[in-house]
Amino acid sequence: MTTTQSPAAPAAPTRTYADYSAPLWRRWLLTREMAVIALTVAVFVYATINVDNFDGPLTVKFLLQDIAPILLIALPMTLIIITGEIDLSVASIMGLSSVLLGVFHDSGMSIPAAAVLALLAGLACGALNGFLIAYVGLPSLAVTIGTLALFRGIAVGLLGTTAITEFTDKWSDLATNTIGESRIPLVMIPFAVLTIAFVVLLHFSTFGRGIYEIGLNDEAAHFTGVNVARTKFILFVLSGVVSAFAGIYFTLRYGSARGDNATGYELQVIAAVLLGGVSIFGGRGRLHGVLAGVVLIGVISSALRLESVTVNVTNIIVGLLLVASVILPSVLAWTSSRLPRKAATPPESSSTPNAASAGV
Amino acid sequence: MKFHTRRPIALAAIILTASAALTACGSDDGGDSGSDSGSDGGGELSMTMLPKNLGNPYFDTSTAGAEAAAEDLGIEIEEVGPETASPDAQVSYINTVAQQGKDALILSANDPEALCDAIDEARSADVKVITFDADTNPDCRDLFINQATAEGIAAKQLELISEQIGGKGEIAILSAAANATNQNAWIDMMEKELADNPDYADIELVDTVYGDDDDQKSFDQTEALLQNHPDLKGIISPTTVGIAAAARYLSDSSSKGKVALTGLGTPNQMREYVENGTVESFALWNPSDLGALATYAAAALANGDISGEEGDSFEAGDLGEFEVGADGVVLLGEPFTFDADNIGDFDF
Repeated sequence: MTTTQSPAAPAAPTRTYADYSAPLWRRWLLTREMAVIALTVAVFVYATINVDNFDGPLTVKFLLQDIAPILLIALPMTLIIITGEIDLSVASIMGLSSVLLGVFHDSGMSIPAAAVLALLAGLACGALNGFLIAYVGLPSLAVTIGTLALFRGIAVGLLGTTAITEFTDKWSDLATNTIGESRIPLVMIPFAVLTIAFVVLLHFSTFGRGIYEIGLNDEAAHFTGVNVARTKFILFVLSGVVSAFAGIYFTLRYGSARGDNATGYELQVIAAVLLGGVSIFGGRGRLHGVLAGVVLIGVISSALRLESVTVNVTNIIVGLLLVASVILPSVLAWTSSRLPRKAATPPESSSTPNAASAGV
Repeated sequence: MKFHTRRPIALAAIILTASAALTACGSDDGGDSGSDSGSDGGGELSMTMLPKNLGNPYFDTSTAGAEAAAEDLGIEIEEVGPETASPDAQVSYINTVAQQGKDALILSANDPEALCDAIDEARSADVKVITFDADTNPDCRDLFINQATAEGIAAKQLELISEQIGGKGEIAILSAAANATNQNAWIDMMEKELADNPDYADIELVDTVYGDDDDQKSFDQTEALLQNHPDLKGIISPTTVGIAAAARYLSDSSSKGKVALTGLGTPNQMREYVENGTVESFALWNPSDLGALATYAAAALANGDISGEEGDSFEAGDLGEFEVGADGVVLLGEPFTFDADNIGDFDF
């Protein structure tokens, strides 16, 4: 629907997600995603040079371990936000799967069996969200605020304020060990597999194209043959399962199943996704930008912790970055719409609105 | 045409990258010389204090004690910590200490097990790990600075109530939940001591009630105690919620000044009732001393003066000499008594 090549098209499209009239290299290099990646690399280089101990051997391991659950959940969250929906219940699903893993393991079940049940619980949570949003037609913001409280309530209710900390070393080592002699945590292997799966799903499949279409205009998507309800349902189920997996990793890494595990993670995930260039209004965003967004927040927090900066300041910096990343493109688009208009008004006034309103 | 909207973003990207890269290069020299003059491996010890969470008056007091001890020893100490008291939030700070290669980490653990992996990693980077206030599994840390033992807490409370009621009369206990392990251990010890110790022969424990650490319920239970036992002389409440609620009830009732109240409380909660005469004295430990002792112990370990074995002893400034007990536990001493003379010195 937005693949119109002709700039003289009479009806100006309000929002586009890719500019197919530009050459390929330009479409890849001069994008918001590349800006985030460049900023991430720059901050990383800056920290390596200027922050004491950041270039130490432990940094990469700790950094990846810390951001692993956020990286995992950011994958389905990106797809959901591109459809114009949101899932606020992810951290509660993490907490619930953590508690279930602990409770089942405590009752004598092996870790793999307990993990499968925890993943099924995540699937059920996602299916509940998906059913209410896709088939009942309720707004995802309202539904997932509700299930955020509901799942967290069940998690805390099951264990109270106690924690289950008896996990076999074999399994907790799996969550903390690195690949061979490298500094890369083992959890990066399932993460890499999931990333490839999500990249294929979003960027190289008709299902993925449907996701963008829903985000731009779900009614139009419906009429072009996209099964809007089924797509949304699948995405929320995926989100539930991946969140449960992140919850299992989280539990084994810290060796502690608690109802309040991962409280507040949903905001970190959403912040990273938005920072990575995904539009909160849907229809725009790419996974490589999101991955860079997650790493950027991780590098900033790690460097600031090494500099003994308090967590409040870290939050302020990430918050400002987020606000800037949302505002800056709009400001730039606004100024660019002013500048060419002055120059171009006398000769060809008809084509300026098109350029001015092409979305970011 | 649409390209126009992309270019400014790209431009912004380039400017951001360039400016970040330039700052990096520009301050390159400064950064390097900074780390050289940082003298990490020098004679001066450098430590990190990690409380359960920041902005908690109790830990602010223990950190102040630690800082005073650090100044006395001429070592460097800094406080870091999470906003909320959760174990996963503490792990990233423990990791940071490992990265920084500090000499010691003094921490109050949010979970006895969950921190062990991170602590092991820090210890393998030659960081000495000392817990205070809340311990981890004894295998993970080098030393635990224990604020008070159960025996000490039970004995102190009986001593205070006996003093306040003149050594004879009926007393009752206002506890937290009926299944609270620590509360029940203290109550058992108090019952045993009352039965065995001839000094307490004239004191009779007539009732034990439970306020579930709920302010209103503790308040109501106090009222019920006074009605059911008209001859009651004193109440022991070994829980901070209970003692504050009981004090609030007593201060407005006709029993004020007639029924003694003691137990475990915090100065900020109890100040009003000590000042208006409802409560004569109560106990807890002194968090400032606890922080100071942890710092002295950490310094002794990091300097190699002690190895943390049972029987090792070290000097802790004004606090005196301390010995390491079984399982690497150092005991601060018997609980600290707060009364009208000293309550003004504390803010937690």
